[in-house]
Amino acid sequence: MKRIITAAVTAAAVGLCGAAAQAESLKIGFLATLSGPPAVLGQHMRDGFLLGVKQAGGKLGGLDTEVIVVDDELKPDGALTKVRGLLERDQVDMMAGVVFSNVMMAVYKPIIDSETIFIGGNAGPSPIAGRACSPYFFTTSYQNDQNHEAMGKYAEDAGYKRMIVMAPNYQAGKDSIAGFKRHFKGEIVDELYTKLGQLDFSSEITRIAAAKPDAIFTFMPGGMGVNLVKQYAQAGLAGEIPFLSAFTVDETTLPATQDAALGLQAGAQWAPNLDNAANKEFVAAFEAEYGYAPATYAAQGYDAARLIDAALKKAGGKGDKQALMAALKEAPFESVRGDFTFNTNNFPIQDVYVVKAVKRDDGKYVTETVEKVFEDKIDAYVDECRMN
Amino acid sequence: MSATLFAVQTLNGLQLGILLFLIAAGLTLVFGVMDFINLAHGVQYMLGAYLAVAGYAITGTFWGAMLIALIGALVVGLLLEALIFRHLYDRDHLDQVLATFGVILFLNEAVKVIWGAAPLTLPMPDLLSGSIEIMDGLLYPVYRIALIVTGLAVAALLYVLVSKTRAGMLVRAGATNAPMVSALGVDIRRLFMLVFGFGTMLAGFAGILAAPILVVEPGMGDNLLILAFVVIVIGGIGSIRGAFLAALIVGLVDTLGRGFATDIAKLLLSPSAANDVGPAIASMLIYILMAGVLFFRPTGLFPVRGG
Repeated sequence: MKRIITAAVTAAAVGLCGAAAQAESLKIGFLATLSGPPAVLGQHMRDGFLLGVKQAGGKLGGLDTEVIVVDDELKPDGALTKVRGLLERDQVDMMAGVVFSNVMMAVYKPIIDSETIFIGGNAGPSPIAGRACSPYFFTTSYQNDQNHEAMGKYAEDAGYKRMIVMAPNYQAGKDSIAGFKRHFKGEIVDELYTKLGQLDFSSEITRIAAAKPDAIFTFMPGGMGVNLVKQYAQAGLAGEIPFLSAFTVDETTLPATQDAALGLQAGAQWAPNLDNAANKEFVAAFEAEYGYAPATYAAQGYDAARLIDAALKKAGGKGDKQALMAALKEAPFESVRGDFTFNTNNFPIQDVYVVKAVKRDDGKYVTETVEKVFEDKIDAYVDECRMN
Repeated sequence: MSATLFAVQTLNGLQLGILLFLIAAGLTLVFGVMDFINLAHGVQYMLGAYLAVAGYAITGTFWGAMLIALIGALVVGLLLEALIFRHLYDRDHLDQVLATFGVILFLNEAVKVIWGAAPLTLPMPDLLSGSIEIMDGLLYPVYRIALIVTGLAVAALLYVLVSKTRAGMLVRAGATNAPMVSALGVDIRRLFMLVFGFGTMLAGFAGILAAPILVVEPGMGDNLLILAFVVIVIGGIGSIRGAFLAALIVGLVDTLGRGFATDIAKLLLSPSAANDVGPAIASMLIYILMAGVLFFRPTGLFPVRGG
């Protein structure tokens, strides 16, 4: 159904533009997870990207821009088929988006092999930052380990000696714990691995209360995180044992957890209160447009659109792909996170913060920076990247 | 592994068991009495939670939300019965599975269209929002204790309804031999509708009770549905008593397994291996239990007599 609509819209757009304008238009395929429980992440990323396009007057780099938004349904095989359609049937000039790493790993190779420029909006799995890096791929997000590493460093700096770590029992959960341990040198009292999609954490919370660690670190994306945060507060632990997290407490889960999450901490490269002009403008425009507070996914989507806009202007259009890639690499735009440059593997070199959940004066729940953990953080895989 | 820790984990297990029982009770009645596989039962649990959130937005109190959600769940259940399920009773199980699976997809998508994809929350009633310190440093929410008490009360009520009343007698008779009950002049269609409506309301009730401690999101019923099927298979299809005891067993085994499997594995293996093996075993335990029950007692632990 979605495909039919997209096709109809595409046909209409082509018809309206006419043959003369077609050379001066830009077609971007935008892949995001927009169904199932994690749909809210894709929604943030898409809304951020579309806001960036809208602010450029619908013309990124002065070219009439058409964004074909496609739902990957968090199914790698289905995503692959849809991406092939975008590349071959729709002949998109660029690809952008992708929330989840498993989808990214499925679609990355075909996009890169077709020599299509690909701007990642969220997922940053280690192979793509390392051995499988490509001159066609840029990301405005982060390498996956970054936020976990930041929390490990923060826990170490805060002088926590005994910690409990908890994550779902699957690859990303294990990677998260490994990332956390990279900078945390204290004692891990217990490692709790829960079932993916677990709803009730009373058993784990009881263990945490019994062990009385200095703090806990957890990675519980989506609905799992909402459940955990609510139950953690209800068990009276929220004020007692510091709660460090990654991808658990952010603007996608705060509307559901509300007061239960107040004061809980997370690692992030961006927060709505970061003090720079581009960010102030973005947050105000986003909330005016969509009526909800943006999360990091939205900021990354917005930055992706602005990066494309600035690079196209610098390269003088889309005609010379090598010039465009060189322009992208210079990141000639004002990022909403302030400092932003690309490393040799086209992953960002950026500051990483500890943020905490607060209730803003207007009643919205958002994250706010507490302190900077890493200045110009470089990911751990860049040395494995050999571009040719 | 102190005695208090064990006691608290047992309480946690009981509470999960009670929640499972409320869902499984309706499922086992519908399956046992009507020989109808209703995969959409989990969605009705989800609807209960969403209707409670909507009811809270209207009335501003938990109790008002509960009333609206209970009525709403019943109405939706009866509508589904009249529009879809009624036409499937005489079809085979595969048709029922396909049609009710379609209902899952439809309703999961429908709540997303109406309420959005982001998770929602239902505040606890003020009356029950306190907590008791049952272990050093651990507060146990009064709400969770109330949930256990409510579940036990519902179980007692169901016991009386099923074993002491005329309607209950018909239900038991229907579970044993539906055509015979029909032949004796009982309007089996009406009985079915009654049972179905009641089962739906129980699932909705479970959803309302779960909403303040669990997240309200599209697809929230799908995981619990699988557990509820495990419960009714272990307990014996059609048996309320079986569903009750099996729900408690599953709740306890799952919670205690998660609580202690890694510790037990550490006695035998190196810590890092135990961290891999413990959680894996803990998540398999209830399915191993189910396989064991199916092997030794194929009709479940507490089968309906006579069938």
